Amino acid sequence: VPETVAIRVDGREVLVMPGTTLAAALLGSGVVATRRSLTGEPRGPVCGMGVCFECRVTVDGAPHRLGCQTFCADGMEVRTDGP
Amino acid sequence: MDLERRFDVLVVGAGPAGLAAAAAAECGRSVGLADENPAPGGQIWRGESLAPTPSTFLGGVRVFAQPRAGALWAEAPEGRMVLLYDQLILAPGARERFLPFPGWTLPNVTGAGGLQALVKSGLSVAGKAVVVAGSGPLLLAVAGFLLKNGAVVRLIAEQALLRRVARFGLGLARSPGKFVQATGLLRAMRGVPYRPGCWPAAALGEGRLHAVTLTDGSDRRDVPCDFLACGFGLVPNTELPRLLGCLTRDGVVTVDDWQQTTVPDVFCVGEATGVGGLDKSLVEGRIAGYAAGGRPDAARRWFPARDRARRFASSLARAFALRAELKRLPHPETLVCRCEDVTYARLLACDSPRAAKLQTRCGMGPCQGRICGPAVGFLRGWPADTVRPPSVPVRLGSLAAEVQPHTACGRT
Repeated sequence: VPETVAIRVDGREVLVMPGTTLAAALLGSGVVATRRSLTGEPRGPVCGMGVCFECRVTVDGAPHRLGCQTFCADGMEVRTDGP
Repeated sequence: MDLERRFDVLVVGAGPAGLAAAAAAECGRSVGLADENPAPGGQIWRGESLAPTPSTFLGGVRVFAQPRAGALWAEAPEGRMVLLYDQLILAPGARERFLPFPGWTLPNVTGAGGLQALVKSGLSVAGKAVVVAGSGPLLLAVAGFLLKNGAVVRLIAEQALLRRVARFGLGLARSPGKFVQATGLLRAMRGVPYRPGCWPAAALGEGRLHAVTLTDGSDRRDVPCDFLACGFGLVPNTELPRLLGCLTRDGVVTVDDWQQTTVPDVFCVGEATGVGGLDKSLVEGRIAGYAAGGRPDAARRWFPARDRARRFASSLARAFALRAELKRLPHPETLVCRCEDVTYARLLACDSPRAAKLQTRCGMGPCQGRICGPAVGFLRGWPADTVRPPSVPVRLGSLAAEVQPHTACGRT
């Protein structure tokens, strides 16, 4: 059985398989919105390939990380309340 | 501190075209292969294990500016990187075309290739109801992929007319490989309705997607689903070639017989020279790789195969041309620019892309118009705007070393 990777999303623990991106992990764990738009709309991943920037999240305090281009790593703290 | 890397041949973009170019260029030369994704393969081979190549792969590297000929600035995980080269092969690929319709900004409305990429990146769609919509052969490939991964594909809505799609399908019989591929896809699709002449009129839901309204121009019906995977064909990524001064025409990079652009020692291959799929990408990559590696005779042998691939690309464009009704999809209050939340009504009040930028910030957000640009181009007939460095959002530290007072950094 492959090991799982544990990340925290808005304080909640999420377990994923190694090689999973943050965008996939968030969607898979029921987090539909990765950010809020300028007018407050919830937004989630769209292009899956680093173009649309809708999946950007805060990772370990660093804002605007692309969820679809970032692999989950043990202990990552992810926040989805950023702009 | 800059990280400096020097190569005889530098390939930017590690999808099929870039990989083929790198492999063909390797003949006693140092070859670097850079891609903004962490692993090579592009979209089509995402997550697959690839045969190793002797070229040096640089992953997570985004090129954003050219300080001088023969050099590129890129943002790498370790910081700013300076890439030096004698010959440069650009293989920037394509992205999906998204068209705005009411509800298209709801979470769980994704690209067609977008949802596929997310599944390849670890998302499970087992048991999820998905409507696949938009245009192009990618819809079939995505639907087949989703089925294989346990999704319940409710239907495939293709905006193109049945007779055009059928003529395209018959045309495939002339190239046996593609015909087998297409019939295989259709067989895998058994039980999933394929509806040509049908497109999404609205995505419905509160906070997230619950259903999609599909229309054929007269009738409308709502189909409940967990995901709407929707893309209206592909848009060539020409931002990097244009940043380097390469001429484009009708949205694709102009190249000569050797795949060389209008800038000396800069080649361009794959979808950026015209959307044509895997075969065209591979053959153009080989030609440019051989040409850049000083082996024109090896390159010339692939010219007939490239002619065939280009004919396929033209028939693709004809068959899946976008219908005019799609221009009437957005309502006045529908957002067109997702980064800056610009409504269609505000865009209609502007008479040029420049006015739209100044008055609404349309296209000035983090994606730098990569999503709304092609949509606005389709809706209003505006051409693509000029590309200025940095061509992608970068950290201030990546610019800081040599930042000029007038170098504007896009808001991120």
